[in-house]
Amino acid sequence: MRAVPAIAINVFRESVRDKVLYNLVAFAILLMGASYLIGQLTAGQDMKIIKDLGLAAMLLFGLFIAVFIGIGLVSKEVERRSIYSLLSKPIRRPEFILGKYCGLLLTLFVNVAAMTCAFYVVLAIMIVTQPPQAKAIWEAPALDPALLKAVLLIYAELAIVTACALLFSSFSTPILSAAFTVGMFVIGQFNADLKHFETIVSSRPAAWLARILYYTLPNLAPFDVKAAVVHGQPVAAGYLLLTLGYAACYITVLLLVTTTIFARKDFK
Amino acid sequence: MTRAVALAVLMASALALQVARDRWYTPPGENAESILYVRSAEAMRRLTLSFTAIAADIDWIRAVQHYGGDHGSTSTAQKYTLLYPLLDRTTTLDPRFNIAYRFGSIFLAEEYPGGAGRPDLAIALLKKGIAATERWEYYEDIGFIHYWRLHDYKSAADWFDRGGQLPGAPWWLRTMAAVTLTRGGDRALSRQLWRQLYQTADNDWLRNQAELRLTQLDAMDQMDQLQAIVSRYQVAAGHLPDSWITLQRARFLRGNGAPVDPTGSPYELDPHTGKVSLSPTSPLRPLPTEPPGSAAHS
Repeated sequence: MRAVPAIAINVFRESVRDKVLYNLVAFAILLMGASYLIGQLTAGQDMKIIKDLGLAAMLLFGLFIAVFIGIGLVSKEVERRSIYSLLSKPIRRPEFILGKYCGLLLTLFVNVAAMTCAFYVVLAIMIVTQPPQAKAIWEAPALDPALLKAVLLIYAELAIVTACALLFSSFSTPILSAAFTVGMFVIGQFNADLKHFETIVSSRPAAWLARILYYTLPNLAPFDVKAAVVHGQPVAAGYLLLTLGYAACYITVLLLVTTTIFARKDFK
Repeated sequence: MTRAVALAVLMASALALQVARDRWYTPPGENAESILYVRSAEAMRRLTLSFTAIAADIDWIRAVQHYGGDHGSTSTAQKYTLLYPLLDRTTTLDPRFNIAYRFGSIFLAEEYPGGAGRPDLAIALLKKGIAATERWEYYEDIGFIHYWRLHDYKSAADWFDRGGQLPGAPWWLRTMAAVTLTRGGDRALSRQLWRQLYQTADNDWLRNQAELRLTQLDAMDQMDQLQAIVSRYQVAAGHLPDSWITLQRARFLRGNGAPVDPTGSPYELDPHTGKVSLSPTSPLRPLPTEPPGSAAHS
């Protein structure tokens, strides 16, 4: 497993070379611009909207990175034929996959961490610029540490999406992989509907199939606690731990499947 | 250098062509702002995936802009058609969007053309709010609509009472319930209700609306006093006064010139009927309708 950190750092360096971190500038401009403009439009809801916007932008930017870099992690190496020289070295195929995954997670971590810092800076500026009357109606403190719970779950959600992207890129073309990954993200939001499928269909096999899909497809809706933290609603530590535990298990399964597929792949 | 010049010229040309097109032709979809592509709030919730909160914010901004635009518009077209659908979508996408319920309760219920003139929709929106998060303010707002717009004092008292029983509700809400039952339609009570709304309002729009109503109530009090002076003069002189100056010369009224309302606009006196009214240019127009005898207790 010694090769994993080396591969991971290389993936991170490559993403820096590909100017992925430029999105941080876009994020900062978006938040700064919005915090200035929104006050004119929102009839007193500036703080809520800035928080919503910041968290939504984190997820969206992260999603773009996870999907569009994730799908190229394996296919790029195959396209450039660098996979041959890589695998000729003492690197096992699972290490290669794990290294690639950890590299993208590192890129995402740096991104999310930087976006979180910029987010808190904008919120701190709003404390200074807002009149006391506006502050009186804030449902939660501006620099509420609970926002970090939402950020943590966004990161965990992105980690699942990255694992999906890696899985699809191990056996499919980049375009199809992107479509499948986005599809998984969308399905992940509606997964809960499958749980109660038997209430709308009379067919028992269909209900069973829906139940199986509910447990096998990623369930991403519970990762969305953005609205709750913005409204100052509590997010229990137990809920957080269970959701993170689910993410860890699901990611492990996806990586195991990916390594199995990749191990059987013939690069001749 | 040549390339830079070419770029500048082309950019300037594009700009000039755009200005010309905007001036000579109405761009297709100009009225797109008045279109709501997805009417179903539930469908919208699904379409926005995990971006529901930010979608709710966009709908909220649209609702505020829509109300502000229609309110200030001189167009004769039906106004506020999207206000309820937008607020309904906002509150489905983010059920804890407190201000959306309260904003809706005032501006949906408000008499047309100041508002949508739909107290039924305002109550429906607030009931949706109660189902999502039981806040005493929503009960107060429903009671207020029954009181102010529907003049149904029994229902108003009932909603005030129910709100007053909620944990954290202020003591005066239950007192308000009792007072509404005994003094329904009273202008002093209206003033008290608007003052409470002014103090608990979450944003400037609601506060301004409450402030306007309080000023209107002050103007109505002043008009009642002036009307009483006119009546006294008529009894004493045997005819109606033909102007404010007549009343001042007869020492029924102090000061010089026409008395002014709280915004500084002069009150008008009809010499044929003796009726005191607001100036057509007064920003307090139109005054709210009150049930008969409402001023008697104030």
